[in-house]
Amino acid sequence: MTLDLSTPEFLIERNRDRCIDCKVCVNQCANEAHTYDEEEGKVVSDDTKCVNCHRCVALCPTKALSVRKYPLEFRSHGTWNAHYINSIYKQAATGGILLTGMGTDKNYPIYWDHLLLNASQVTNPSIDPLREPMELKTFLGRKPDAVKIENGRLAEKLPPQLELEVPIMFSAMSFGSISLNAHKSLARAAQEMGTFWNTGEGGLHRDLFPYGKNTIVQVASGRFGVHTDYLNSGAAIEIKIGQGAKPGIGGHLPGEKVGREVSLTRMIPQGSDAISPAPHHDIYSIEDLRQLIYSLKEASNYEKPISVKIAAVHNVAAIASGIARAGADIIAIDGFRGGTGATPLRTRDTVGIPIELALAAVDSRLREEGIRNQVSLVIGGSVRNSADIVKAIAIGADAVYIGTSALIALGCHMCQRCYTGKCNWGIATQNPNLVKRLNPDIGAQRAANLVKAWSHEIKELLGGMGINALESLRGNRLMLRGVGISEKELEILGVMHAGE
Amino acid sequence: MNRVFPRIPSGCAISGIMNKKGKRISGVDIMKSIALMHDRSNGLGGGFAAYGIYPDYQDHYALHVFYDSLANRVTAEEFINEHFNVDASEMIHTRKVKSITNPPLIWRYFVQPKKNKLLSSELTEAEYVVQCIMKINSCYEGAYIFSSGKNMGAFKGVGYPEDIGEFYRLDEYKGYIWTAHGRFPTNTPGWWGGAHPFTLLDWSIVHNGEISSYGANARFLEMFGYKCTLQTDTEAITYIFDYLMRKTGLSLELAVATVAAPLWKEIDRMDDDRKELIKTLRTVYSSLLINGPFSIILGTRNGIVALNDRIKLRNMVAATKGDFLYIASEESGIREICPNPEKVWVPKGGEPVIGLLEGVKSI
Ligand code: SF4
Ligand code: SF4
Repeated sequence: MTLDLSTPEFLIERNRDRCIDCKVCVNQCANEAHTYDEEEGKVVSDDTKCVNCHRCVALCPTKALSVRKYPLEFRSHGTWNAHYINSIYKQAATGGILLTGMGTDKNYPIYWDHLLLNASQVTNPSIDPLREPMELKTFLGRKPDAVKIENGRLAEKLPPQLELEVPIMFSAMSFGSISLNAHKSLARAAQEMGTFWNTGEGGLHRDLFPYGKNTIVQVASGRFGVHTDYLNSGAAIEIKIGQGAKPGIGGHLPGEKVGREVSLTRMIPQGSDAISPAPHHDIYSIEDLRQLIYSLKEASNYEKPISVKIAAVHNVAAIASGIARAGADIIAIDGFRGGTGATPLRTRDTVGIPIELALAAVDSRLREEGIRNQVSLVIGGSVRNSADIVKAIAIGADAVYIGTSALIALGCHMCQRCYTGKCNWGIATQNPNLVKRLNPDIGAQRAANLVKAWSHEIKELLGGMGINALESLRGNRLMLRGVGISEKELEILGVMHAGE
Repeated sequence: MNRVFPRIPSGCAISGIMNKKGKRISGVDIMKSIALMHDRSNGLGGGFAAYGIYPDYQDHYALHVFYDSLANRVTAEEFINEHFNVDASEMIHTRKVKSITNPPLIWRYFVQPKKNKLLSSELTEAEYVVQCIMKINSCYEGAYIFSSGKNMGAFKGVGYPEDIGEFYRLDEYKGYIWTAHGRFPTNTPGWWGGAHPFTLLDWSIVHNGEISSYGANARFLEMFGYKCTLQTDTEAITYIFDYLMRKTGLSLELAVATVAAPLWKEIDRMDDDRKELIKTLRTVYSSLLINGPFSIILGTRNGIVALNDRIKLRNMVAATKGDFLYIASEESGIREICPNPEKVWVPKGGEPVIGLLEGVKSI
């Protein structure tokens, strides 16, 4: 064995006065950081194995455990910090690319935090959502330029729309990358809240077909689990071109996570890696995308809106315009802070652009071209709270996708080790012993609670602005002011600076 | 086009009178009504719209224009002469009023589009006129067309409405519809064009309130070629009605159901056909919902429509007597000129009061 140069990232501290050696931590840690030493008759820990997921800490009956950053520092250096040094140790030892999970943990600017909302004072009244109606209903899908009416009756039906009670949907996370219980939780929560969840690129488990009315089924480059029944089981179909955490590359599900159920659902052999090609091999251009959009419309009898999901990249505005013209009904844009189950670390941390700027650029471009109303815009990738949602809608989004936030509601502790398949919270794992830690009834309740809480907050904020229907906020950038950002950033966001 | 739209909130008083037989009355009554509500404005803007005032030129577009200077007039007139046959052009007669200072040059033209220009533009006549107006208002410095309908006109400026009426000698005009506006801006460029009513072709709007959906409305309208050059909500509201009724052909009733859309829970209770229709309108034109407090009086040559926001955040009263329909922000504004109306009522939020001339089917 070669010498391992890496040092632990976290330090597990066990308060010996409290520990009763009950072995709860031993059973809870799938990373095997805790073991029971038979000879000594006590529980011991191995810091190197800890990923700081808080599971043992939360479940220890005597609160004997705590975990913190390992107090080991390299001699301080402006260029060579611990991350870069340790990365090299790892790669020198393995010769492999660095993998990670979740969205980037780097400190890129978060524009949500540089935008402030307006409120009514004197000249128009704020509205109290507890006493007055406050409407969040949102329709996603293509809108015609004009409503055709003959003799007072509708002469042409509206193209298919998704009807959302709240402007919040659960974003695509595949069965495989997350557990069946996580899927069940999201599906039930979506149904309860009158919104939608997204299957992600791994097909739809047969037990979840009954939630079809609240499901968006995804078609990605790997075409895992795609068949006619699948396409027709959902309320909308989403073509996944890219994902914010890893623009330019396809999904990657390690073979360890491909058990019987995943294999059946994805229609691939058990234990095989499920690797989606980087591009769709039938889409090398915008004309090809159009063909796929229309074949899916044909396959679903023109009864379902077709969404196209892309990662926010430099030229996103022009790409979105092309997608709208190619016939998509919804464009979903995933910002580069968006999460994932597994991604090469360097891709996650360096490719793509922030969703706020991408959204502003796309909304402005589509308006300039006079086609904004033809397509709905859904954004995702680091929507952390209800205020982020209100800001996104004021910039121009129709609705948002939440992924990471939804998982945190289910119990995720952001350890970023989703790709290992050892998620101690039963979310990003297929290990039956871990999966059962997530009770789908409780998960559904918690995810629904989050959406409920956020919609109350959205209503409060809307009321404060004197608005009683969400559509009056959509693209209403006058309700925003920037703080602490440059002229250029304000220009792209299309907002004035605070005080203006 | 990441344009940021500047705007200025304001509160106000509004008033309207119409005679459904088309009998023309002088501007004295409307001035009295709006003067009574003096405290609702602050001297920074007032104005009137009157229909039926130019019977001798009923087939001409009457352009009322503000110019900052003679030079601005010369340049703009070049454009007007190039695009229209001008059959009369004059300075609008005004009276000296102490409180009215620094008025711009105010001109009036009776015009018709030049046939060949209109033909080669391949536009409808109305659209041709609108585009010419938009062109002057957004590209010609110091020139602003503030009224452009046929047999109607707007008269407005910076000052209390009764003084503005005095200034324009409205007692000498006779119309069958009069609307008035007293403005209480919280901030003003002191610009005459910024006063109400706002008009486009035959449409005129006086409006009380501050709409919170302005940014959403304006950005939608921009997509369809409207330039919100003014700093008022009223301009946006006028364009919304112009877009919905003139451009997409919605009936007044459906246009109202779009801008003051029923709540979803009310829509759910409608019968199936109606539900689908209203739902479609609200979905397709969601950006044209007018949110926040407003009461407006919309005038056209055929009549007037008064409308409150859907949850009635602004006061507005209506009354009738004989052939007259009255609307005002306050009941006192009506009783001042019609002490014993036959019927007085407070219209519900989102429910329009429609006054049509006899024999006319729709607005
Ligand atoms: S990985 Fe999680 S469960 Fe295991 S020791 Fe660390 S914090 Fe505890
Ligand atoms: S899903 Fe699980 S593995 Fe992934 S970050 Fe959350 S707790 Fe960690």
